[in-house]
Amino acid sequence: MSRYILKRLLMMIPVVIGVIVLVFTIMYFTPGDPAEIMLGESATPEQLAAKRAELGTDQPYLVQLGNYIKKLVLHGDLGTSYTTGQSVTSEIVAKFPTTFKLAFMSVVVAVFIGVTAGVISATKQYSIFDHVARVVALFGVSMPSFWLGLMSIIVFSVNLGWFPSSGFDKPIQWVLPSLTLGFASAGTIMRMTRSSMLEVIRQDYIRTARSKGQTEWVVITKHALKNALIPIITVAGLQFGGLLGGSVLTETIFSIPGIGTLMVTAIKQRNGPIVQGSVLFTAVVFSFINLAVDILYSFVDPRIRSQYKSKPKADKVPKAVKAGKAGEVSE
Amino acid sequence: MSDKLLEIKNLSIHYFADKTVFKAVNGVNLSLERGQTVGLVGETGAGKTTTALGVMGLIPSPPGKVVSGEILFEGKDLLKMSASEMRKVRGKKISMIFQDPMTALNPVLTVGDQITEVIKLHEKCSSLEAAAKAKEMLEMVGIPAERFSEYPHQFSGGMKQRVVISIALACRPEVIIADEPTTALDVTIQAQVLELMTKLKKEIQTSMILITHDLGVVAEICDKVAIMYAGEIIEFGDLEAIYDNTAHPYTIRLFGAIPDLEKDVDRLEPIMGLMPDPSNLAPGCRFCPRCANRMPICETTPPPEVEVTPGHMVKCHLYKEGGLA
Repeated sequence: MSRYILKRLLMMIPVVIGVIVLVFTIMYFTPGDPAEIMLGESATPEQLAAKRAELGTDQPYLVQLGNYIKKLVLHGDLGTSYTTGQSVTSEIVAKFPTTFKLAFMSVVVAVFIGVTAGVISATKQYSIFDHVARVVALFGVSMPSFWLGLMSIIVFSVNLGWFPSSGFDKPIQWVLPSLTLGFASAGTIMRMTRSSMLEVIRQDYIRTARSKGQTEWVVITKHALKNALIPIITVAGLQFGGLLGGSVLTETIFSIPGIGTLMVTAIKQRNGPIVQGSVLFTAVVFSFINLAVDILYSFVDPRIRSQYKSKPKADKVPKAVKAGKAGEVSE
Repeated sequence: MSDKLLEIKNLSIHYFADKTVFKAVNGVNLSLERGQTVGLVGETGAGKTTTALGVMGLIPSPPGKVVSGEILFEGKDLLKMSASEMRKVRGKKISMIFQDPMTALNPVLTVGDQITEVIKLHEKCSSLEAAAKAKEMLEMVGIPAERFSEYPHQFSGGMKQRVVISIALACRPEVIIADEPTTALDVTIQAQVLELMTKLKKEIQTSMILITHDLGVVAEICDKVAIMYAGEIIEFGDLEAIYDNTAHPYTIRLFGAIPDLEKDVDRLEPIMGLMPDPSNLAPGCRFCPRCANRMPICETTPPPEVEVTPGHMVKCHLYKEGGLA
């Protein structure tokens, strides 16, 4: 297992390099001069040149890229923000807990609603509940979350006055954004749960469980759901990873000071290091979530667990043994 | 009559799909006496498994539905039982061994877990006691108890079927319904599993309905035989009656299709034609289109059940009570 994790971590390196080069290139060729934005229109050409030299933006593309990578690899330094002068790392670290909290709550909402509705839909296929749930899920999947966010502000904050429309300090402020994001993800999770469960409840081992005299509740929750879990975990993991990268639009609408807001502001200000750093951070977080999901599979499905175990060993096993099915014991 | 443990009376099970009705089981009568093994023989699609699932109350509904009949177990009609009463019967009084051991076990639960589950459901005991009993069951079917915490994918096909058998026998049921328990296994393993089943059946003194299409297997372990065709039992009787005084033309042809080691034949004799479509059954005898002995009456009137010799029932116009017509 640890070998598998190590392998996966090594595989992240090319991903990270790719992200660095790509984002750096995009920021480099984006029109707009950070020095001009920082000093304002009144700045003299000399002042601008001095600022450019200070920021290093007067250097050629490859030199800038090389410097960036060198600092990152040697010192773990993501650079300093053009606007605040603080290190990019500290800015991201300051914003991340908020984004994490929001993402976590949204996923909890999404999984709770999605899995519950999906299981009921599958066990009562073609019932009224199933039809309604599928329409609502389609609605959740197709509505852009910023629109949903705006609507929920109008209804629940402006008209009904139940929840505040912005901020993220008090628990009551968490409700609307988490529900908005959670609802959108719930649609996807519900549809995945439904189709996965429909496949599983037709399996022979479900009939075996019933033939033991097991109650329907246990048949569904213990025997069926655990088998249907792999695709659900995959989808929920992807949603969580996506949300951890900062839900840019939702954070902006609800004025939540998270990674998303940080990134939007930085892009507006041509604040290269912040954009670069937060995109890189997001990519790494996303890769880690994917890895976590893959590890989670092995807890759910013993067949995957034995695969992780047997893989590294397979290199050392003689060919004749390898040809026989690994893990299977004959009579 | 009192020793009849399980009695199926006039059972009909149909599947409804859109506007078509598939008549899978039509007026089946079958009885099982305590300690007996009844073989239920027939081609694929004859309604054997549907009959078995009907007894277990596990007909997938929709689309399936028991349209008429009674299933009396220890004098009580299983079809009239509530869902929770039926759950107390399943696994405890009547249990089933399924056809394909590869898919009958839950891949994400340990085999120990799956055996323990049925014990905990029906017997008042702690988890530890249940686990100990489950280990006993494993040993009983010839699997070392150390493999209790292993998963189904770590077992071979024959071993999986042993696990399925140990689940079915864990609560020492009155009736076991074995649905082609050896069909999915290699021939050598088939013999082992059958031997194991007959041994255990004697040990825990249970009765069995063995569903199969293998007449050789039936000859070896059954006391009575029921031949099923297109949802009906067309011949039923003691093993000797069926094998030595075969009456129904279908059964005769069925035996004709078995290779004989002593005779030198180039080709086996197949039964021409196919089983009738269960959504479009003819009004007369179901076997009539394929029957070599058909008469005009066969096409119009369904044959009644007649007892050719005591205990030997046949559904064919060739016969009347007591012998040939």
